[in-house]
Amino acid sequence: MALKIVKGSIDRMFDKNLQDLVRGIRNHKEDEAKYISTCIDEIKQELKQDNIAVKANAVCKLTYLQMLGYDVSWAAFNIVEVMSSSKFTYKRIGYLAASQCFHESTDVIMLTTNQIRKDLSSPNQYDTGVALTGLSCFVTPDLARDLANDIMTLMSHTKPYIRKKAVLIMYKVFLKYPESLRPAFPRLKEKLEDPDPGVQSAAVNVICELARRNPKNYLSLAPLFFKLMTSSTNNWVLIKIIKLFGALTPLEPRLGKKLIEPLTNLIHSTSAMSLLYECVNTVIAVLISLSSGMPNHSASIQLCVQKLRILIEDSDQNLKYLGLLAMSKILKTHPKSVQSHKDLILQCLDDKDESIRLRALDLLYGMVSKKNLMEIVKKLMLHVDKAEGTTYRDELLTKIIDICSQSNYQYITNFEWYISILVELTRLEGTRHGHLIASQMLDVAIRVKAIRAFAVAQMATLLDNAHLLTGNTQRNGICEVLYAAAWICGEFSEHLEEPMATLEAMLRPKVATLPGHIQAVYVQNAAKLFATVLRGQEGVPADSTVAQETSQLLIDRLPLFVQSSNLEVQERASCILQLVKYIQKLQQKDVEVAEEVTALFAGELNPVAPKAQKKVPVPEGLDLDVWINEPPSGSESEDEGRKSKGKAVFAKEESRHTKPRYTEVDEKELAKRREVRKAEQANNPFYIKASPSSQKVYQDGVGVEHIPVVQIDLSVPLKVPGMPMSDQYVKLEEERRERNKADKKKKKDKKKREKGEKGRRRRGDSGPESEEDITPAHMVDIVTEEMPENALPSDDDDKDPNDPHKALNIDLDKPLADSEKKLPVRSHRPDEVLKSPMEDRQVVEVVPEPKKKTGKEKKDRKKSKEKKKKHKQEEEGDLMGAGSEEPVQPEETKEVAAPPPASTPEASDLDFWLSNAPVPSNPQAAAAPASTPRTASGMAAVAPDSEPEEAKDTEPEETKSSTHKKKKQKKEKEKKKKKHHHNHSDGAGDESVQNGTVEEEEPLPPMSNYALLAENSYIKMVCDIQGNLQDGSQVVVSVIFENKCDSFIKSMEFNVLDSLNSKLQRPDGAGPHDGLIVPFQLPPGISNEARFIFSVQNIVMPQKLKGTLTFIVKTDDSSTHEKLDFKLHFTCTSYLITTPCYSDAYSKLLESGDLKGCSLKLEGVNQPFHHLLARICFHHHFSVVERIDSCASMYSRSIQGHHMCLLVKTADQTVSIDAKCDEPGLLGNVLDEIKLTFSQC
Amino acid sequence: MIKAILIFNNHGKPRLSKFYEHYSEDTEQQIIRETFHLVSKRDENVCNFLEGGMLIGGSENKLIYRHYATLYFVFCVDSSESELGILDLIQVFVETLDKCFENVCELDLIFHVDKVHNILAEMVMGGMVLETNMNEIITQVDAQNKMEKSEFFPFFSLYRHLSFSLPGRTGRHSPQEFGWYCRCTCSCCICRKEHEPSRNAQKHQHRRHQHKSAKLTLLQIAA
Repeated sequence: MALKIVKGSIDRMFDKNLQDLVRGIRNHKEDEAKYISTCIDEIKQELKQDNIAVKANAVCKLTYLQMLGYDVSWAAFNIVEVMSSSKFTYKRIGYLAASQCFHESTDVIMLTTNQIRKDLSSPNQYDTGVALTGLSCFVTPDLARDLANDIMTLMSHTKPYIRKKAVLIMYKVFLKYPESLRPAFPRLKEKLEDPDPGVQSAAVNVICELARRNPKNYLSLAPLFFKLMTSSTNNWVLIKIIKLFGALTPLEPRLGKKLIEPLTNLIHSTSAMSLLYECVNTVIAVLISLSSGMPNHSASIQLCVQKLRILIEDSDQNLKYLGLLAMSKILKTHPKSVQSHKDLILQCLDDKDESIRLRALDLLYGMVSKKNLMEIVKKLMLHVDKAEGTTYRDELLTKIIDICSQSNYQYITNFEWYISILVELTRLEGTRHGHLIASQMLDVAIRVKAIRAFAVAQMATLLDNAHLLTGNTQRNGICEVLYAAAWICGEFSEHLEEPMATLEAMLRPKVATLPGHIQAVYVQNAAKLFATVLRGQEGVPADSTVAQETSQLLIDRLPLFVQSSNLEVQERASCILQLVKYIQKLQQKDVEVAEEVTALFAGELNPVAPKAQKKVPVPEGLDLDVWINEPPSGSESEDEGRKSKGKAVFAKEESRHTKPRYTEVDEKELAKRREVRKAEQANNPFYIKASPSSQKVYQDGVGVEHIPVVQIDLSVPLKVPGMPMSDQYVKLEEERRERNKADKKKKKDKKKREKGEKGRRRRGDSGPESEEDITPAHMVDIVTEEMPENALPSDDDDKDPNDPHKALNIDLDKPLADSEKKLPVRSHRPDEVLKSPMEDRQVVEVVPEPKKKTGKEKKDRKKSKEKKKKHKQEEEGDLMGAGSEEPVQPEETKEVAAPPPASTPEASDLDFWLSNAPVPSNPQAAAAPASTPRTASGMAAVAPDSEPEEAKDTEPEETKSSTHKKKKQKKEKEKKKKKHHHNHSDGAGDESVQNGTVEEEEPLPPMSNYALLAENSYIKMVCDIQGNLQDGSQVVVSVIFENKCDSFIKSMEFNVLDSLNSKLQRPDGAGPHDGLIVPFQLPPGISNEARFIFSVQNIVMPQKLKGTLTFIVKTDDSSTHEKLDFKLHFTCTSYLITTPCYSDAYSKLLESGDLKGCSLKLEGVNQPFHHLLARICFHHHFSVVERIDSCASMYSRSIQGHHMCLLVKTADQTVSIDAKCDEPGLLGNVLDEIKLTFSQC
Repeated sequence: MIKAILIFNNHGKPRLSKFYEHYSEDTEQQIIRETFHLVSKRDENVCNFLEGGMLIGGSENKLIYRHYATLYFVFCVDSSESELGILDLIQVFVETLDKCFENVCELDLIFHVDKVHNILAEMVMGGMVLETNMNEIITQVDAQNKMEKSEFFPFFSLYRHLSFSLPGRTGRHSPQEFGWYCRCTCSCCICRKEHEPSRNAQKHQHRRHQHKSAKLTLLQIAA
């Protein structure tokens, strides 16, 4: 055996390792492929050996070859083998290889499930880390489903290294297994406040990714993110959050208002360019969402534009680029503020960097107006001439067309100019965008009736000079233009000056070299021209020879096309050839044929909106999936197979087919829809309205011929000999404008008579006011595109049905149903029962916050808020200005006020947070780690609520009265609840907390954690004391103040007499005896919660602190000062924090021997064991590590890190608790407190 | 999300490729070729962003790259990443490589692509940024390397001089925090040409030392 190992390692010395392979490849530059193929053969040999080291080495080499483009999927099984090696070195090699070449269709991937699970729970954090990293690259839906639970457990791992990886990978798991999102979300949310910045950053990362795709589900997290934004100093996190807000603001404009100020502050203060840039971006998004009716934000726009100008002027190309990018976003809503920087942007057009030029081009798109369009396009045309490199030139070309055609040619005042531009563009060599120019020509010629004559003339010239365009046959993209030219000349041939010449040009032999589809158009339109020529000639009876010559020309030339290899050309040509031959015969008999021939091409083509077809609604009751006839019976199985197969392949098509079917809707309905649509169009400034008369025509359903063609303004000469120069138009335009101005002056004297007419003439124009005085050169009637009468308004046209994020559109605010709380666990894992407290905890994923903030209360608070509004508004200014601390309070309120059982409260919480200025908070409360201890409830086996024992025994009576009102409200709810345990139900109020035991035999008694602190006729205080997770020396005391009288209570001051050991944390500068002002007032019957932080040095002993609350009771006519004394009792339990613990870690802890033991016996406990455990968990902040029958181990940790382990056994009403802790004093006190708890029940 | 991370040299030879979405080997090579084609024809003093990684995901994605000496580092990212943030991340990546390899040069990446992968895995996971703090990254990488070594050399301490990345050496680069994008970051490298390794040397280890003595650095932070 030993010999074998030695032999194996000697063998290994002769194997090539990765370095040798690389070196070999470098030394065989000439015959690399051959060398590699021999290497692959070697690798195959190595993989056959038993030695794992050899295999790992081979896999390592394969990974390298994979990078070079070699398919290594054949070695997938060997990779799995290496992955399952026990040595970290090999495991890492295996996982790396897997992450590089495994994917969803790799079949061996299913073999890895158990191996990965094993690695995930490995005691070595790097094994776990490597498995997580690998899994993140090749996770499949199956793996995600099977491992979701394990990964969720890791999210609460003790090592931040693992936690952050587990958090990140959850995103991948969600994508592959969307069902896991809801159960895992509470924990993910919790990680936003993880003490480790890396974990926090990872959680932010994941939630941002999720929220980007489905923002509306994450709106309720806005307050939490807001708090993070104002408190975090990690730029990565800040950037992510700010980006997230950018996605959220469009959904909630109020959020935007809240954001503006902190963002502006950040813009002013940060030195990190990346952060500055993202802030500017989000401010822009906010401004876009607020764009209507927020005049006072012009300052923010100015700030953004200013900062962006600085970026653009910077010498760093990156900043310049980003500046332009952001600028283009502002442009969409606030074009005016950008337009003032036109100089800068035009300057960027000359930049040497192509990316920057492209960005500047984008900006130009929005900067054009009627006034400057010609000037800008002229400049661009210069660039087109100068540009080297076809990509940039093509880009310029498309931009010119985009700019001109935007919003239905809104900015074009002179279409002759535009046609000339298009014609000039055809002279570009080697452009790919011939079809784009062509479609523009067609579009303009069809939709702008007034321009047809001019267009036809230009197109005729183009056709005549076709040889210029087709000269370079290699890149004949531009010859697409001829397609448009031929069609326009044919369709609108009545405008042709010399149809004969054009016809001749279209039938030149060289045409046969053009692409088939163009030839087809040529042939077809030659026929149209022929018809025109005939008609023209027959008016002049003497000259029938011309007509006959034309026929002869066609008969001579068409055979060339009949021989074409293109079917379309061939068919059309032979058809037309026969027709012409027939006509010729008739002509020879002197029969007048013009009328008939023209009839062939009569009628006009209307433009149809591109989405028109799609938008025809499916008529009611039409189901295309239903069989029209019963399917033939018989070979059923075969049939079925075919059907299912067909479905898979044609599923998409089927759904498409269902839409365009159109059946008659009754006349009334139609008329109604038409009315609605008309109203919509009337209100839409971008809709180019048809003239009133044409509208009528539409309704009457008669052809489009009735649309009036407006006379062309003849101040512009129509004929431009030869190829037109667009520059001429620029000059002409200027002259014309001058003239117009002069005219206007004259007209002013003539007074307003013109007004009505002008209004009519300028229909469809929605240009900015400043351009009012530029009248279009010729009145253009743009024919609107047709849409089906009952088109459905739809926004979701562009959504990709295959987007994996669609599945993640899950409402996260809805409370988890019982069935959802647990992820499906595979049944083949019986041995893993209670491996960790996880499984228990899932059941109580969301423990109802045992808080007395009910829906009613929130409403009340809203009312009170209104009263306080003035006060708050005053405070708002400096609150927002002062930065990080303020928002904590609203966040707290939100967290506290979130009782999961209802989904609406979440929403109303957000409303509250949004509609409200942050509740003014004292720095104390602000310094509190906010909701951390509370949100821990999601993770903890039981809600980590402490209840001091002594308060406990008084509770039944005390809380009864206090909760009386609320109970009334909740009565119904309570009725629905299953019967409560009599002992507790009446005492503990309406909040029930479930324990973490999985197998729930009986409903648990409801428990409350708030204990009475003090009470008098005016006010009642109840409090809850909790350790602070993040700071080992702090305890957070949450006090609920309830106003019991009918008067207004204000100016509450909370003061405690500090002891040596415990001190109330006061703001800087306050004396040791100063009280803390409670940051709210209480209207009658209202309660609210405030938090106070105490620093504690020694946690071994319980202690009591004396305190006083002073307040002013204000009645209508008078106000009195009152005070209330209280005693705060810090039990040892309140220093404990519910901390989950794994059974293996637990047993290690016990074995370590550092812990001192102690035990306790309780007699006469007659409650079920799981209730007992629940009580310990709930009141004393323990978590169940493992439970076997009537025996359970529990764990908790103090804020200073003392471990505390309990072994609880029960037999015959006797409970024995064996406890171990590294601090015997603390242990003794906790046990006493446990004893007290049970003596009370 | 980061869609892909590519490193290739001035001739387009891939030195590392990490795709966070699956493509076939052929497509991957095509992406690398096209990306190289796009990136290599750009001047030195133009911006580091490129649109239109046609193959990866289309128009929403951007290529963000940096050019160091003989190598291009290209990140293909979607719109959820901050452009300047990613530029910083590339810088952190290269500086981390520099620390782990001691004056990293192209040869280190050629012969130790697996190690580069391991370092990258500590920074980016499944397309999402995992860690940006260089010290933290180096700590984790070193700890794993140490573990690896302890599996082979029980008397690890004796072999320390062979260690591939020496923890806590050289005081030359003071550990830098994430340097938030500011104007100076792109001009801090001194470019040198790569030389072919001498063919006579037998052990790579020896060769490495030779290269080191030649000081072929990919990145030298200006003092």
